[in-house]
Amino acid sequence: MAATGGTAIDLAAAIITAPTAPADWLVIAPVVIPLLTGALLVALRHRTGVQGAIALAGLALTIVCAALLFARVSAQGPIVMTMGRWLPPFGISFAADALGALLSLTASIVGFIAALYSLRDIDIAGRRYGFYPFLTLMMAGVGGAFLTGDVFNLYVWFEVFVISSFGLLVVGDDEARIDGAVKYAILNLIATTLFLIATGYLYGVFGTLNMADLHRKMAAVGSEAPMMTLATLYLVAFGMKAAAFPVNFWLPASYHTPKIVTSALFGGLLTKIGLYALLRVLVMIMPAERLALSPLIGWIAAATMLLGVLGALAQSDIRRMVGFVLISGVGVMLSGLAVGDAAGLSGAILYAVHSMLVVTALYLLAGMIRDAGGSFSLEALAGLYDRAPVLAAGALLLAFAIAGLPPGSGLWPKIVLVRASLDAGAGWLAAVILVTGLLTTVAFGRVFLLAFWRENADNPALAERRRKVPHLAFAALIALLAPSLAMGLYPEPFVAAAKNAAAGLLEPTPYVDAVFPGRAAP
Amino acid sequence: METALSLTVGLFFIAGIYLMLSKHIIRVLLGIVLFGNAVNLLIFTAGRVASKTPPIISESAYLPAGATANPLPQALILTAIVISFSFFAFLLVLAYRAYNDLGTDDTGRMRLAEPESENPPPMGY
Repeated sequence: MAATGGTAIDLAAAIITAPTAPADWLVIAPVVIPLLTGALLVALRHRTGVQGAIALAGLALTIVCAALLFARVSAQGPIVMTMGRWLPPFGISFAADALGALLSLTASIVGFIAALYSLRDIDIAGRRYGFYPFLTLMMAGVGGAFLTGDVFNLYVWFEVFVISSFGLLVVGDDEARIDGAVKYAILNLIATTLFLIATGYLYGVFGTLNMADLHRKMAAVGSEAPMMTLATLYLVAFGMKAAAFPVNFWLPASYHTPKIVTSALFGGLLTKIGLYALLRVLVMIMPAERLALSPLIGWIAAATMLLGVLGALAQSDIRRMVGFVLISGVGVMLSGLAVGDAAGLSGAILYAVHSMLVVTALYLLAGMIRDAGGSFSLEALAGLYDRAPVLAAGALLLAFAIAGLPPGSGLWPKIVLVRASLDAGAGWLAAVILVTGLLTTVAFGRVFLLAFWRENADNPALAERRRKVPHLAFAALIALLAPSLAMGLYPEPFVAAAKNAAAGLLEPTPYVDAVFPGRAAP
Repeated sequence: METALSLTVGLFFIAGIYLMLSKHIIRVLLGIVLFGNAVNLLIFTAGRVASKTPPIISESAYLPAGATANPLPQALILTAIVISFSFFAFLLVLAYRAYNDLGTDDTGRMRLAEPESENPPPMGY
């Protein structure tokens, strides 16, 4: 339809002519604010005194924006902003739907609380190495991954948070962290490269990488395209990121080596991004392939749950134990993906929110146990019930939460998932979820028995390493426990948000309409 | 053209995966470089190698006159090159540091973070 000479070209066919409504800028706020804060912190890298305060201010503002975004998305459906004025699928869209907004809000809360804890945990040397710039840039990558509407852009945000996490991982002075960082860095790089391979093929098949556009074109492709290969590649790549068995050995090798606040952030956020990407790609873009892969995902979920929790039972280092419990939680979420209906997905999403809060809190708790007891090892720890009664109360509540017992937040997602598995005729999967819960209770019961209830033996070497647990650490722990308890005691709003998010994945018509307003499928 | 490129991509993948199976970090890193370049070529091939004409549309037209080269894969590859280059630089420094600190580049002997002789937790007290 070449225009005749002299006629003005109607730019509206290719370019967005109306400026973005100011309120829609909210979509990129959870990415832009930490990014700008990170840039400011890099510029002020020698002013170690103010770094923490600036990072906290930036992350607090991020929470406000993420909360506003979540409220708007819940009220009126997905919000989209397209960069560079090119209409999608050519311009890169940021699209916040219920799932992305929910997870980005939770992630921003966890990031802020970890930054709060870090004020007492990261010394001058760590600040000089750039802990706070890395922290805020990682939060920018995490926010971008949850909110982007383009597969290649998702890859870019993966790389942003992965390279920032490399920086965070090597801050410190312990040699084990270098060992852990080598394994973490190499295996994560291979995982993102696999993701890129799958994305290259996806582009070759569809000629587009916009998620909404992919969803529209999927139906038209039929059986000629190698969709099963693509789905399996994505399953391996994101499964590696999410720490699913058998591609999860980088996690227990590295997550216990850095500063405790870094472990907490990684444990809380990074595996959940892998899971989010699995949900987005397999459920929204390739539902038929997810259905075909469902038995495989079910077995992966069961193996991840059981081997994770058995690994936790074999550890005497509390940090490593928490790492293995985190892995078994990934299995619980994957069981929701294996079931794949509205109930299963909402259970997985609910568990992701719970796991972000509680795993972060567990790592922080491990740090506080080290402060109060002088060691991370269950062989050495004793008598904490006497010495730190408040810590004991927090530890008990967290143990209930992670094991899925009331009043903790783990109860409701597990109820939803067990019921969804039973309804889908996968009783064995429900049984594995319940057995995992029991074994988790045993693992944490033993921590309580040995570290808290065991009578104090006089150990001068240990006494020397004890120090007072900072009040700020308690504040951070309580700030994480409060939403977790709220979810355990009054689950209604959380369950509703998760159901809404799952519905948006299964029936993404509002999402597609928001990306392509007023245009039918080509 | 696409066939030749596809075969090249396959060879790159084979060599990259073979190197990554090594126990020595430096070979793994070389494997990762080959792997990364294989992906870049893959994206380039996936965008079809059809024409050498640059994709410039005249001011009075909606569409280019004939077939043009596809600019999008090149934009994707440029991004991927920049990212993989910075990752590789970081990994090289990290591997060198690990070799200095741990005294080995054999992954089988890098057991500082996961010691072989770790006791299981006590059975009681």
